[in-house]
Amino acid sequence: MADKPKRITDLGSPDYKKFLPPAIAKNYGKWKYHEQLGKGVMKHVSETGDELYTVRIATPRLVSTDYIREMCDIAEKFCGGFLRWTTRHNVEFFPAKDQVDALTADLKKRGHLVGGIGYGISNVVHTQGWIHCHTPATDASGVVKAVMDELHEYFTTKSLPARVRIALACCLNMCGAVHCSDIAILGIHRLPPKVNEATLANQCEIPTTIASCPTGAISPNPATKSVKIKAERCMYCGNCYTMCPSLPIADGSGDGISIYVGGKVSNARGPARMSKLVIPFLPNNPPRWPETVKAVKHLVEVYAANAKKHERMGEWIERIGWERFFKLTGIPFTYQHIDDFTFARDTFRMTPTFKWE
Amino acid sequence: MGNDGKTPMLDDLEKGAWPSFVKEIKVAAKKSNTAKDLLGILERSYRDKVTHWKHGGIVGVLGYGGGVIGRYCDLPEEFPGVAHFHTVRVNPPSGFFYTSKALKELCDIWDKYGSGMTNMHGSTGDMIWLGTQTDKLEPIFAEITAKGWDLGGSGSCLRTPSSCVGMARCEFANIDTMDICHTLTHKFQDELHRPAFPYKFKIKVSGCANDCTAAVARADMSIIGTWRDSIRIDQAEVKNYSSKMNIQEEIVGMCPTKCMSFDGGALKINDKDCNRCMHCINQMPKALRPGKERGATIMLGGKAPIVTGALMSWVIVPFMKLEAPYDNLEDLIRKLWEWWDEHGKNRERIGELVDRMGMRSMLESTGLPPVPQMVKAPRTNPYVFWAPGEVK
Ligand code: HEM
Ligand code: HEM
Ligand code: SF4
Ligand code: SF4
Ligand code: SF4
Ligand code: SF4
Repeated sequence: MADKPKRITDLGSPDYKKFLPPAIAKNYGKWKYHEQLGKGVMKHVSETGDELYTVRIATPRLVSTDYIREMCDIAEKFCGGFLRWTTRHNVEFFPAKDQVDALTADLKKRGHLVGGIGYGISNVVHTQGWIHCHTPATDASGVVKAVMDELHEYFTTKSLPARVRIALACCLNMCGAVHCSDIAILGIHRLPPKVNEATLANQCEIPTTIASCPTGAISPNPATKSVKIKAERCMYCGNCYTMCPSLPIADGSGDGISIYVGGKVSNARGPARMSKLVIPFLPNNPPRWPETVKAVKHLVEVYAANAKKHERMGEWIERIGWERFFKLTGIPFTYQHIDDFTFARDTFRMTPTFKWE
Repeated sequence: MGNDGKTPMLDDLEKGAWPSFVKEIKVAAKKSNTAKDLLGILERSYRDKVTHWKHGGIVGVLGYGGGVIGRYCDLPEEFPGVAHFHTVRVNPPSGFFYTSKALKELCDIWDKYGSGMTNMHGSTGDMIWLGTQTDKLEPIFAEITAKGWDLGGSGSCLRTPSSCVGMARCEFANIDTMDICHTLTHKFQDELHRPAFPYKFKIKVSGCANDCTAAVARADMSIIGTWRDSIRIDQAEVKNYSSKMNIQEEIVGMCPTKCMSFDGGALKINDKDCNRCMHCINQMPKALRPGKERGATIMLGGKAPIVTGALMSWVIVPFMKLEAPYDNLEDLIRKLWEWWDEHGKNRERIGELVDRMGMRSMLESTGLPPVPQMVKAPRTNPYVFWAPGEVK
């Protein structure tokens, strides 16, 4: 094949400097301060006096090439073909000052949501779900769409006491690493994997399958050249299924969603912290997951009504105490809320000092 | 229940204000049978409430151990377009800045060989191209490399490093996050493409304690910018802010170290007590700026729950100057990998290895000194180990 290009490898990431808008290249490292001009526009001012305007919109993360081309066309029309994606799946444009309004109007006319800056809800970091993965306990894109259809005004217009970061992972592997979010939506399995004895011997290596289980729930079953799973030891992590396709863990009614709250990654006012379980289980109810949508909305609203300005959800809960949080939200406290895994004892309270109502 | 081509449940997700991924798949389905069958099989998952993807086999391009995730569906007769549905991870530029020209070239390549569906971006930061077949992988690789692009990492390797926007557009950046990310990606090409670690290793770089990449939660090595001298104050701007906000309550009152005071005129900070949390700077960016003696805190061990529980990264170097070409950082990372290589079990993340072997083993082999910044408090238990030779 003479027309085949020569094989090139190990190029790494392309040089980011090629892609910087001129105003950014010129003022790189010289930014002095910024101002938020509404929910979707900010202005950065450089030590040189230059100004940079940024307009942000939400994307669904799962997008077609035509969507990317549309973003490119908009960038060509308003900002010299330069654009950027954020770490939370938003797109940013960099128009000149006199183009900000025209760009914003054009984006809105095309049906895009301008926003995501400051105290509200930015885009939802999420994973693959039923779109592409083999271990999900729920879908990802669909749940996010249903939740944000209900909460989109916190992206575009409405404010909250502070940032509320929502993230979703469709199984415990947490590709989205949701465990430090204000609200984490996490897919969970509740039944151990089923052993497919007919295929296991052919498809899986038994010692690695046994070794893959963090709780030691799997043992050999020499009679069937397969394995046994001790149900009471299994915490449904799906680790064994990743190693061995004959141990499917998905189950239509066993699978669903749990909700964790109060995590953050920023160190402002206090260190980063993990999210904590508040709702152990909600059913998978596609296409709109009404129970999950209602629960997330309720959490946002109770927080909005009670937290002080600048207080993230976790800071608010720490101030009022967990007993008051469960009272205010009306969420029942159950056995599942009390940790019984590796770090359990760190979570027990060791003081007789409570706030009573 | 055959494949009747109808997708009533997904159609419902075309409605509503939030941008719809279903619309996107339908757009792609006009050009691609793979996208069309993706829609069909996803509708089936919505009906059955379970996934229809099977565990992937090993697929990839010559000489690379990662960059492609193999995927097959469990209903290939009904949905032949997605019988094979592999994803390709493309390493993005640091900071996710693009030009329309470059992106359109990539779109053309992907339309030619795949479903036309993408994730912009995956959680690690790669551009993710969803849905192609094994025989298309080499042609895709040849075409993207010809345009200057490469695959990202997958498997037990260094995963594609990522960073916040940093100095490109954020006045809080204490380090050149994008350049660090780019430089590390290039120093470690072999580790990225040819998996040889016990398990995956992720690096994320945030320019300040706001940690916009969530490095503390999502990276085995979290590099977070900070400063050591005094916050720079512009008292005139403080005055301007005082007409817009209640400085006493919102700034001084919420400072975690109680190191600030405000008498209505000037704002004072006792910088010896400030722990550089960013709260006051976030609220008054025009009046307050990080100091000038800048560097980064290096933290280790963050990961999601598999296998022993989620970890957040902890401090191993409280302050490190980071200037190009970042050889000091490279040196530290290579030493850490050596230690992990020597002691790590299969599928044991580096944080879990520290848990199992103790901090001392890691510190000794990397030459890092024990310092109080590494702990919330010294130990309380008296089960203290002494090494041979320490007792004389
Ligand atoms: C044992 C633990 C894990 C397993 C078995 C696992 C497995 C997988 C699998 C199978 C995929 C492919 C999904 C697809 O079909 O596209 C995937 C994707 C991915 N994983 Fe993981 N994962 C694990 C942990 C993590 C963690 C802890 C992170 C991040 C901190 C992570 C980040 C990602 C990312 C970024 C993707 C690309 C897809 C996306 O962005 O949604 N994974 N993982
Ligand atoms: C007023 C102060 C702040 C400024 C100027 C600021 C600036 C930025 C910038 C420039 C980005 C885009 C970075 C990127 O995508 O690589 C960003 C994203 C982000 N920031 Fe901040 N940040 C501030 C405060 C915070 C705080 C306090 C937090 C957390 C509590 C935070 C969390 C995040 C997160 C999670 C993202 C990703 C959001 C997205 O891409 O939509 N930031 N921030
Ligand atoms: S979170 Fe779990 S189910 Fe979801 S994409 Fe990651 S590994 Fe797959
Ligand atoms: S799902 Fe997890 S805990 Fe259960 S048997 Fe498999 S590996 Fe073990
Ligand atoms: S981590 Fe800090 S420096 Fe980086 S973008 Fe966020 S606020 Fe700016
Ligand atoms: S950075 Fe944090 S600790 Fe330091 S003065 Fe500001 S609010 Fe206080």
